[in-house]
Amino acid sequence: MSVYFTEDHEWVSVDGDVGTVGISDYAAKQLGDVVYVELAEVGRTVAKGDDTSVVESVKAASDVYTPVSGEVVGANEALEDAPETVNESAEDAGWFFKIKLSDPSELEGLMDATKYKTYCDGL
Amino acid sequence: MSDLKQTALHARHVALGAKMVPFAGYDMPVQYPLGVMKEHLHTREKAGLFDVSHMGQCFIIADDGTFETAAKALEKLVPASISDLEPGQQRYSQFLNEDGGILDDLMISRLGFEGHTHKLYLVVNAGCKDQDFAHMQKHLPKDVKLDVADDTLSLIALQGPAAADVLGALNGAVQDLVFMTHTDLPLTPTMWVHVSRSGYTGEDGYEISVKHDDVGELVDLLLKDDRVEMIGLGARDSLRLEAGLCLYGHDIDTNVSPIEAGLFWSVQKHRRSADAGYLGAARVAADIADKSTKRLVGILPEGRAPAREHTEIQDMDGNVIGEITSGGFGPTQGGPVAMGYVARKFAKAGSDIQLIVRGKPRAAKVVKLPFTAHNYFRG
Repeated sequence: MSVYFTEDHEWVSVDGDVGTVGISDYAAKQLGDVVYVELAEVGRTVAKGDDTSVVESVKAASDVYTPVSGEVVGANEALEDAPETVNESAEDAGWFFKIKLSDPSELEGLMDATKYKTYCDGL
Repeated sequence: MSDLKQTALHARHVALGAKMVPFAGYDMPVQYPLGVMKEHLHTREKAGLFDVSHMGQCFIIADDGTFETAAKALEKLVPASISDLEPGQQRYSQFLNEDGGILDDLMISRLGFEGHTHKLYLVVNAGCKDQDFAHMQKHLPKDVKLDVADDTLSLIALQGPAAADVLGALNGAVQDLVFMTHTDLPLTPTMWVHVSRSGYTGEDGYEISVKHDDVGELVDLLLKDDRVEMIGLGARDSLRLEAGLCLYGHDIDTNVSPIEAGLFWSVQKHRRSADAGYLGAARVAADIADKSTKRLVGILPEGRAPAREHTEIQDMDGNVIGEITSGGFGPTQGGPVAMGYVARKFAKAGSDIQLIVRGKPRAAKVVKLPFTAHNYFRG
């Protein structure tokens, strides 16, 4: 299973043709305490870069953009009652939604973990 | 970044690991490593220390050396009654334009220190201070002088239930002050400060005006107490929102009068008529009489989704009735809280309204302010 990252600090972990999407540890740390997550709408078809979910910290609301195009096939309902999971486990239990990829070639434009780390170090 | 001004504590903020952001022309700490949520809760539980040196401090002094002349001059510019201020007493008020719109809100104190009781001391918002000073210069009579103290004085706030105990360890006399009174006293053998029992968090606490040269030493002294943490502007905002206190440029501006903003209490009884003699008095009197105007209210969204500034407010039939002016997550409340303007007929606590968050209507209720009960020390 491979994990890819975007310059907007989302990650997508791909298993077969389904990707699990979340925000990176770096992004969670920058946001601070997450107090609300507006879940992605299951069944919605989204294009790469579309705002698909929303994460809110005490300070502000931020869009979560999908790193790949496809159909939303699941949302992490546990975040409704426990949004702090995003701070505690951004790159695992704090995932946002699952998406059925319509164009897997889009993954080629994303960063792997090593490249992403270098990218964050430069910010 | 180089154009931003710095307070005398700037290097300390950076050394403490603060995240610095531009605010009202200053490079200010929005949060420290503790984070907004914990900083907020810490202030409500123990004591938070805020650098508010970006705010404008000034004195109004009459050439004839009397309090009466200075008070009468300022009473032409604010709705509050000033002439009846006792030495050591403080009031909240607003500068209004001719139409009664709010130019800024401010604290006005009559100094209590012997030989200085003819002087008025004002604290105004950072973002408005240049225009406030110009406004006063323009309207004060020639025999009343404005003395801006930004070049000499810093301002810090120590807020929270432990504040009296912490500051009292330096000089026990501060514990005798009650809410909205102030005095001048030494905190160390060489450090005299102006201390007021007030603040903008809803908690008990102090605002301390201290020389730029001394403020670092004072902050270091206060931080030695384990109950004290530095608190950034992020938590300052969530604390004042829960306390139902207006933020200039958001909840109040030139579009609203003090009456619409729910600040009726800050206009003393004999200052409520159209001929009270201050800029904007006609509007204040008209808005008191007219029940059809809008009104700033507390808004409690149902569920967990915060409703931010500029969120549209509708009645249950979908008609637009107003807009959120401050909104976010209240850490002490444990959920979303907001303030906004609604048409007067919806201003009653308990009114059902809906908030349009990202295109979707969400249920909310008009509630009484504050969200978190004030914890002021009134003796």
